[in-house]
Amino acid sequence: MTAEALDNHHDHGPPKGYKRWLFSTNHKDIGTMYLIFATVMLFLGGGMAMLIRAELFIPGLQLVEPNFYNNMVTNHALVMIFGAIMPAAAGMANWMIPMMIGAPDMALPRLNNLSFWLLPMAAIMLIMAMVVPFFGGGAPVATGWTLYPPLSVQAGMGMDLTIFAIHTLGISSILASINIITTIINMRAPGMTWMKMPLFVWAWFFTALLLILVMPALAGGVTMLLFDRHFGTSFFDAAGGGDPVLFQHLFWFFGHPEVYVLLLPSIGVLGIVIPAFSRKPLFGYKPLVYWMGFLTALGLVVWAHHQYTIGMSVAATTYFMIGTILVSIPIGLMLFNFIFTMWRGAMTFETPMLFAIAIILMFAFAGTTGVMLAVVPADMQYHDTYFVVAHFHYALIPGALFGLYAGVFYWLPKWTGHMYDETLGKIFFWWTTIAFNVTFFPQHFVGLAGMPRRIADYSAQFTDINIISSIGGIMFGLSHLLFLYIIIKTVRGGKPAEAKSWEGAQVGTPGLEWTVASPPPFHTFTTPPVVK
Amino acid sequence: MSTASDQYYVPEGSHWPIIAAGGVFVLFIGFAFWMNGVGAGKIFSVVGTLITVYLFYGWFKSVIHESLSGKYNTQVDSSFRQGMMWFITSEVAFFAVLFGALAYFRIITLPYLGGEGFLANSHLLWPEFDATWPILTPPNPEAYPPTEAMGPMGIPLLNTILLLTSGATITWAHHGLKHNNQKVLVVGLILTIALGATFMGFQAYEYYHAYHALNLTLNSGVYGSTFYILTGFHGLHVTIGTIMLIFIAIRSAQGHFTPEKHFAFEGVAWYWHFVDVVWIGLYIFVYWL
Repeated sequence: MTAEALDNHHDHGPPKGYKRWLFSTNHKDIGTMYLIFATVMLFLGGGMAMLIRAELFIPGLQLVEPNFYNNMVTNHALVMIFGAIMPAAAGMANWMIPMMIGAPDMALPRLNNLSFWLLPMAAIMLIMAMVVPFFGGGAPVATGWTLYPPLSVQAGMGMDLTIFAIHTLGISSILASINIITTIINMRAPGMTWMKMPLFVWAWFFTALLLILVMPALAGGVTMLLFDRHFGTSFFDAAGGGDPVLFQHLFWFFGHPEVYVLLLPSIGVLGIVIPAFSRKPLFGYKPLVYWMGFLTALGLVVWAHHQYTIGMSVAATTYFMIGTILVSIPIGLMLFNFIFTMWRGAMTFETPMLFAIAIILMFAFAGTTGVMLAVVPADMQYHDTYFVVAHFHYALIPGALFGLYAGVFYWLPKWTGHMYDETLGKIFFWWTTIAFNVTFFPQHFVGLAGMPRRIADYSAQFTDINIISSIGGIMFGLSHLLFLYIIIKTVRGGKPAEAKSWEGAQVGTPGLEWTVASPPPFHTFTTPPVVK
Repeated sequence: MSTASDQYYVPEGSHWPIIAAGGVFVLFIGFAFWMNGVGAGKIFSVVGTLITVYLFYGWFKSVIHESLSGKYNTQVDSSFRQGMMWFITSEVAFFAVLFGALAYFRIITLPYLGGEGFLANSHLLWPEFDATWPILTPPNPEAYPPTEAMGPMGIPLLNTILLLTSGATITWAHHGLKHNNQKVLVVGLILTIALGATFMGFQAYEYYHAYHALNLTLNSGVYGSTFYILTGFHGLHVTIGTIMLIFIAIRSAQGHFTPEKHFAFEGVAWYWHFVDVVWIGLYIFVYWL
């Protein structure tokens, strides 16, 4: 597959100064801003996690007030999900999708800039929400990211700021998704047919579809919450004929697909990275696309497995249990496809590939604990314990964050024009993977033993494992300083990267990103390239 | 379908997105402050609203200018269409959530509050509660005072007829546009705007009536809550739709649209039909059943 007619004669450089960034309509610059924002938020959310682990180092209350601790738990989740992982995935989508499919830019470039700039605004609102309780703004938001009423109805002004931050994030996500899905449908170069698209593009197609369908559920839920708080309605108050459980349904109708929103872009990255370093086309490209579609559809109808203990009817819990266990089928098949891609491949183990292989192992583990949690009677025991915390950190850190790391290391040469330091990359991989497992693997045991989540203190018999977990957590946190160093070093210099930065980059169903220089010109394609 | 053209079009840098983001920030911060009685809240809300109005005016003005100067090829036109389509899809999802909440209260919460099911216990707390829809006397009438029901006849029926007629008039206008009949186009749009405005007038009167004669308020328990959130968000959309129609009518009168190229008209027409369909759902599920 080659791209012809790469006419860059009319290429003009970027505008100078602040205008380049503030007024940008360039998918690469906006992608870069997304990635920088995500990194800042990763460190903010990571800082909160460090505080949480420090407080849990030994039993008793040492560092923070319980209310503030719960506020940290809430904001750690919100910042990581909406501030770090989603923007990082959106940044990659911005950078890669137009280049992969031979488009000049995103379909709606100005809207693209709006989607980005809403994010820092939302981040400021979230930080204000954390700060106002210290200035007489009432009780802090101590509900966890799920914001369940009645506790969220009783919280102070921080809750309103959080609600509006969520609205802002929601607007940003929906606009970005509309843009991405329109780009994929409408901007493909001639010859770039649906089944020639790189898997990453397919993954984002389903991600954007999910976001457009489920973000409004969260928006509706928090709007009703706002009305209950200030305008006398009783959506979530049984005294007026309402029902707090409805909020849980609305939240998880958004929240469960949201897990796939975080996950699918990483699956897409795996579908690019594994063939490249196995030097073999993807095993079962079309089925992989179908599994992702199946996963998207299933993701919309299994939400209530987060709420088995609320007193649903037996018929409902049974339905949600079976639906949830079914999810393991498309996910398992995807992992098998990746393993068979590696089978008899000429494999090499550069940093992105190391992450990819580790993801398969650790994510399969998260899937296993997921099936355990999906079983209703068992879940009655595990619910709201550290077993759940361990499960979803195994799902989201390898499943989402490490997948994005694989993408960052794979595409850094393309983005910056420099190869990163492979030795440092490998050190980072081993450091962060081991630290991650030291942090979260032991939490399964305290969880099974009954340690509840979202509480600043714990009973003395859990001390040993929590000490291990906290040490692992601090190691995990510190490993990211190395990550930052590697990125900055690569941006500033290093071995120049070729247009085709990896030997196996063109294997299987690649996009057009390897046919342009590294780093690519400011405007990649001014006329449509033809894909053969 | 991909609609690649010979030459791609990418707009130059624009200051509108960042103004939009700033406007949203000021507006939301203003609301949050206002609701909590912080002094600056009202000022922030007003400033935020002004920024938003200025933003929509300016952003659309520059887009219209680009469109008229012939910068947009078929691919850009197609991107706009698909963007609008997906936007309406997410709007449908939003209203589905509100309707879903209504269904949840009626099908699941109400029988439960009436004592059905093995886990139900609230009838011990509120034995007087009559679990029928509409809930005229909420379980705790001291917190949420009783109300009267809003019937489907009278204003709601009239409003249904108005909106359905407006759906026909906008189609008539579209027909005129396609056949290059400027007069039909403008008259059709003016009729649609008039119908939409009349609808809103009746809706405002209905709210007044509900508050003063029926004691149906936001505070009337879940019946009032769902009534106002559904009709309120619908009314907000009618308002936005009418404002968009006014601008489309002005542009039509100035001859901005051709039978071949009139995305702005069609986008607004789709939006109006969507608002129409939502109302039919409202009439059936909120007023009638």
